[in-house]
Amino acid sequence: MGEFFTSVYLKDERCMGCINCIKRCPTQAIRVRDGKAFIIKEFCIDCGECIRICPHHAKEATYDSPKIMEQFEYNVALPAPSLYGQFNNLDDVNIVLTAFKRMGFDDVYEVSSAAEIVSELTRKYVAENKDKWPIISTACPTVVRLIQIRFPNLIEHLLPIYAPVDLAAINARKKAMSKTGLSSDKIGIIFISPCPAKVTAVKSPIGTPKSDIDGVLAMKEIYTILLPHMKESMNNVEDICRSGRIGIGWGSSGGEAGALLMENYLAADGIENVIRVLDDLEDQKLEQLEFIELNACSGGCVGGVLTVENPYAAKVKLKRLRKYLPVAGTHFNDNEDNDTFWTEDVPYEPVFKIGNNMHDSIKKMARVEELCEKFPDLDCGSCGAPSCKALAEDIVRGVAKEEDCIHILKDYIHRLSGELSRLDGKR
Amino acid sequence: MNEKIILNYNVDSDDFTRAGEASGNVKRNLKLMGVDPDIVRRVAISLYEGEINMVIHSNGGAIEVIISPTEIEMILKDEGPGIEDTELAMQAGYSTAPDNIRSLGFGAGMGLPNMKKNSDELKIESKVGVGTTVTMKVFIS
Repeated sequence: MGEFFTSVYLKDERCMGCINCIKRCPTQAIRVRDGKAFIIKEFCIDCGECIRICPHHAKEATYDSPKIMEQFEYNVALPAPSLYGQFNNLDDVNIVLTAFKRMGFDDVYEVSSAAEIVSELTRKYVAENKDKWPIISTACPTVVRLIQIRFPNLIEHLLPIYAPVDLAAINARKKAMSKTGLSSDKIGIIFISPCPAKVTAVKSPIGTPKSDIDGVLAMKEIYTILLPHMKESMNNVEDICRSGRIGIGWGSSGGEAGALLMENYLAADGIENVIRVLDDLEDQKLEQLEFIELNACSGGCVGGVLTVENPYAAKVKLKRLRKYLPVAGTHFNDNEDNDTFWTEDVPYEPVFKIGNNMHDSIKKMARVEELCEKFPDLDCGSCGAPSCKALAEDIVRGVAKEEDCIHILKDYIHRLSGELSRLDGKR
Repeated sequence: MNEKIILNYNVDSDDFTRAGEASGNVKRNLKLMGVDPDIVRRVAISLYEGEINMVIHSNGGAIEVIISPTEIEMILKDEGPGIEDTELAMQAGYSTAPDNIRSLGFGAGMGLPNMKKNSDELKIESKVGVGTTVTMKVFIS
């Protein structure tokens, strides 16, 4: 991967240059420079925390417009299971799926259906790879990216199986091609996403050379388009749903791990909690676990920044919806494709590294420590960096200067004015 | 060559909420410096075990971590009861931790063995009734 791509971007005109986002960012990827927030792309993991916190709605996620469908002859919608938790009083998933067809899609392939295949494969992989326990789930692209840049020792624990959405895309394309006889480029595989991280995962996938997804629509945007079609489709519901309790459970935290039908697992959600678990895991404080499910958003995918409903309310709705469904609707035998494992290694990307070698690093660290001694240790954020230490690191990296610290600047001005009045007295 | 970084930390006894602060901080700094991930892991594990030992057994102390281009040295110095039989303490599974500590999931008797396993050099100097100094080294090849 060459250029770093992130789907979170700044709407310049809305940014007031306040410090809300720099303080909230879990990887310290944002600085305020010249009065505007600036995202350091290689540090960003697309968690969406800055979108959540920005009071001026200056942070946005990149996603496609439904117009993207016009580029293709045949479009397949890939709804994430979290979508089903967005609607009030929904008692049949088929109403949503039928509505997609009414709004212009030619077919629907549920991500939850592919999730059931992934669950089966994961069960097998966990049982066969005891030496890699605990296996860490890779369905959340934010978590995978976080591990790749910050937890190199945990890379070998990553589950090397396609995320449900990626497997869904492969299967949906195959199905569409054999059904229509169209060539691959005429088929649009469109994912309905709860989060911006999936947009990034499509543009720069990890573990696979390329993604089979052609477009990503935001759940919050499709929601309003879908609602009227859902009302209409209620009288004429098609039987499309091929997933059960397991697949739909993936929409909220604990669903993926629960589907493994084992006891020794941990499921954590919310980016700060995820980081704590990874830190403990790296220090070998978490023993005897077979599987770890991690979701960057609180509540799991239902907590994504592109969703509409309160994540915990959505979780309850998913639970109700699942109640009368079979355990699973899709099995591995339904997977016509054998491409279910990652084909590429995930290399450690030490993006935070300050020195080129140990000698250089020691010199630079010494300078960081020296600067930290000078700074007031208030982490006020006025300099545009999230903490005094972050400013010190920026200075050492050559992208900030000491006087960016308003406390240092104040002392400097104070000294200068003293000097001036002394000179004035001499006159 | 005298290039090195020295990091200092204080450790309070019985404060489990803060245990791991030093090892976590050292880990972050080593990653920032681009130290090999496996070395970072070994330092973090050894230091955390040592830190926990200080919290459980001592009356508090200090940790000094010296990072040079060739090695990472960790000196954990505490005041407290000291270790009566160092050889016995080194045995896997041997622990003098009280029940209340064990109920927290600690005291499995793996602290010192894990420190030995993850460091390249381990030296324990202890005086009963005075305190213990543990010095560990991890070499950067």
